[in-house]
Amino acid sequence: MISRLFDMVSRRIDGPLMVALVLTLALGLTVVYSASGGASFDRVLGQARNIAVAGAALWVVANIPPQALMRLAVPIYAAGLVLLVAVALFGEVRNGARRWINLGFTTVQPSEIMKIAVPLVLAWYFHRHQEGIELRDYAVAALLLALPVGLVVRQPDLGTALLIFASGFFVIFLAGLSWKILAGLFAAGLASLPFLWGMLHDYQRRRVLTLLDPTEDPLGAGYHIIQSTIAIGSGGVLGKGWLNGTQAQLDFVPERSTDFILAVYGEEFGLAGNLLLIVLYILIVSRGLMIAANASTTFARLMAGAVTLTFFTYAFVNMGMVSGILPVVGVPLPLVSYGGTALLSMLAGFGILMSISTHKQLVSS
Amino acid sequence: MTVGLALRDQRAELTIFRTRLTVAGLLALAAFGVLVARFAWLQVVQREHYHTLAEANRISVVPVVPNRGLILDRNGEVLAANYSAYTLEVTPSRVGNVELAIDELAQVIEVSPRDRRRFRRLQEESKNFESLPIRTRLTEEEVARFAVNRWRFPGFEIKARLFRSYPHGDIASHAVGYIGRINEADVRRIESAGLAANYKGTDHIGKLGIEGAYERELHGTTGSEQVEIDAGGRAIRSLSRAEPQSGNNLVVTLDVKLQRVAEEAFQDYRGALVALDPRTGDVLALVSRPGFDPNLFVDGIDPANWDALNNSPDRPLNNRALRGQYPPGSTIKPFMALAALAYGKRTPEFTISDPGHWTLPGVSRPFRDWKAGGHGLVNLHKSIVVSCDTYYYGLANDLGVDAIHRFMTQLGFGSRTGIDIDGELSGLQPSTDWKWQRFRQKWYAGDTISVGIGQGYWLATPLQLAAATATLANGGVPVHPRLVRAVQDARTQEIRELPVRNGPPLDFRPEHLELVKAAMIDVTRPGGTAVRAAQGAPYLVAGKTGTAQVVGMKAGEKYDEKKVRERHRDHALFIAYAPADDPRIALALLVENGGHGGSTAAPIAREVLDFHLLGKRPERRQALGDEEAEGD
Repeated sequence: MISRLFDMVSRRIDGPLMVALVLTLALGLTVVYSASGGASFDRVLGQARNIAVAGAALWVVANIPPQALMRLAVPIYAAGLVLLVAVALFGEVRNGARRWINLGFTTVQPSEIMKIAVPLVLAWYFHRHQEGIELRDYAVAALLLALPVGLVVRQPDLGTALLIFASGFFVIFLAGLSWKILAGLFAAGLASLPFLWGMLHDYQRRRVLTLLDPTEDPLGAGYHIIQSTIAIGSGGVLGKGWLNGTQAQLDFVPERSTDFILAVYGEEFGLAGNLLLIVLYILIVSRGLMIAANASTTFARLMAGAVTLTFFTYAFVNMGMVSGILPVVGVPLPLVSYGGTALLSMLAGFGILMSISTHKQLVSS
Repeated sequence: MTVGLALRDQRAELTIFRTRLTVAGLLALAAFGVLVARFAWLQVVQREHYHTLAEANRISVVPVVPNRGLILDRNGEVLAANYSAYTLEVTPSRVGNVELAIDELAQVIEVSPRDRRRFRRLQEESKNFESLPIRTRLTEEEVARFAVNRWRFPGFEIKARLFRSYPHGDIASHAVGYIGRINEADVRRIESAGLAANYKGTDHIGKLGIEGAYERELHGTTGSEQVEIDAGGRAIRSLSRAEPQSGNNLVVTLDVKLQRVAEEAFQDYRGALVALDPRTGDVLALVSRPGFDPNLFVDGIDPANWDALNNSPDRPLNNRALRGQYPPGSTIKPFMALAALAYGKRTPEFTISDPGHWTLPGVSRPFRDWKAGGHGLVNLHKSIVVSCDTYYYGLANDLGVDAIHRFMTQLGFGSRTGIDIDGELSGLQPSTDWKWQRFRQKWYAGDTISVGIGQGYWLATPLQLAAATATLANGGVPVHPRLVRAVQDARTQEIRELPVRNGPPLDFRPEHLELVKAAMIDVTRPGGTAVRAAQGAPYLVAGKTGTAQVVGMKAGEKYDEKKVRERHRDHALFIAYAPADDPRIALALLVENGGHGGSTAAPIAREVLDFHLLGKRPERRQALGDEEAEGD
């Protein structure tokens, strides 16, 4: 009886991926406890609840066959786009950015939906045109990608826009856009940098300049980077020990349970801890790429590849920003940072991976 | 064949896909490699460097708070100043039991129950790691006594700080405003304006009035100092210092002596007065009575004082001059007369015979004049001098509410004047559109009749009335009232005059203005309703009285003022400008529950006009509302 129940629950769960995810999440909880001052369980319980909700979403998505997911692509994308337009028109302004929309019973951030919806719709599109993908198809794909990215950039929310762009770009890249065009786009991107610079908001420019010289603005934007690099650097090889980070516990590290949680972790667990986390991330990414390589349909391949690489992007951008080699954009450390929304879209993405990994026998037979 | 091709395509596609996947995987691995290298650099190679920074917390960047700019009146009198004083501050997170520690402290220096209450209130409003004042303004002796016992009180610190003071107390409190401790809402505003770095170390911010509206000018630029500090958190030496830039001084348009005269003229009455220079829109006096002492807010107000201010039925915190919306009553008759002339609905010669009431055709109940039996033969001139209601009932009916709305809107009624402090309300200039949108009801002809004497739906703020009066005084140039006329740069001491923002002149005919002015001058002469405003004055005063009903009366009902309780008495209003032939001051004032404009409001105006034009108060101070006045 119990074994049948276990089978029912775990039938659509990819074992190796699940183990790596659970380990990382558990590690995250211990850091959240430390980042909240180590005196109360409120934040840990809150994060546990976030994990429970996101885990349930993972299980539900994993049980939806890829074909069904593909049918959902267009409706989800369309809904996401409508919500984004609605945000632009009637969204709530918080901290100077228009990102949220009030649905009456709850407020949502539609840009989060797009992190899943964009790769879904692009993978669907290339799947439908798999007989012969022409240049025109890439143009259509680029448009499908540009619409939501443009709307999110305008909110303004550069971090999320970057992740949405990355998730869609990965699909286009994996679908086989020719190297020549990729190189051309890269060159064009470089050439338009001065122009893009002019379009950035003042605070965004400051963040980039701060990266070049954090001491330029030690009380403002530079403060985050100075304090987080001090925290990480002072951790040394083995770290100062759990709950013993002076930088973190004495409040020097800002946003220490959310975007800058790596500073707390790096200070208390040292280089060893950082390597452990990177190994866990590499395990997750490798397993994801394996699932992608073995997937049986174009849609499944592209989707699995994009979800995995987007996850990698999260990890790289956050770790790069906290350690001072990338500008500060609002991207959480995946599976570790406190917060529910990003975790939900991330675990839902892993649900898709698991669905692809466990449904392929059915498809091939 | 096609199947084969599709299969081959699929295999080709799979090959491309797997190549791409491999490339992506390798790039990701390389990126992780970069991160590992970065961590190794920070945590192995540079560890010693960062260890020193963190472990000893040796070098710390301390913000140096700039001095807040001063606020000076038009004659250089200081309205808001800074003084330096010692405070004793506590960081609750560094103290085990704060209450116990304060009990112990009370044995060393005096801590009053009021200090404790205020501290508790601050504690509720702020985060635990903020440093909060428990005692302010310590004497040298107290500082010395605490210093000896310092070791007993970890988490307590003596700090020398600049404090804001308002030397004139409650005089001009609504215009000057006050500063208070930065609360969470302020923090959010500062952050979304991108000013968080400039407010590091600052714990006060302008909350109201000029202090609030000109916060950016007054605050200045925060400097920073890199200091080496010891384990106890004390600064050992300064390594480098970027000097702060003091906030700019503001020169305001108020004349604080005139302001004081105006406030005292109100005696114990509630009400508001706005006096403007009709040439520039400069606010010479802005009164809202009762006022409050802004000094109470500076160190954090204690609960008892706060409750007293907040719950008083006199509502001292409400700025009546900008936010009080009252029916303007008969003070609008000069403007109505001007509308009648401008729209060709009345000639100066047109005369009615006033029986003391007016009946709307088809309606049985008459609208009554304030004077039973009426004023006899009344032309435009006399209608203003004796404030004849009957004349304006008929006029309003002939004009119609939308023409009234069109005319009064250009004088600024129904919209904010745009004065340079926050909180102003817009009053209400009714129209058929407005009533439809607000109530989904059609406008009735009867509604127009009460609007004709400044009652009914019409609401105006004292500021609006003053601005409209100034516009009348200066020959039809709309003024935008302003409280700050110049900014003095803190560094260069240079004074930058702010531009006068008068609107484009309205096309009033000079002969029409002349007719209205002549009538307003006669209002303050024997036979007019406001004799007391100009009796014996060496200058000409143009004025108009008004009365605003507090309790709605049924048409046809007569009321006896004595029987109505004080709070239900009418509001007294008065508008005036002087000297009538070369106006230098225009004002509007309202006395809540003051009764008649002529007996209560006009004498207050007289004191203000005398002081501004002659530099002295009237010889004999008159009691307000003492005589049984005829008039409206």
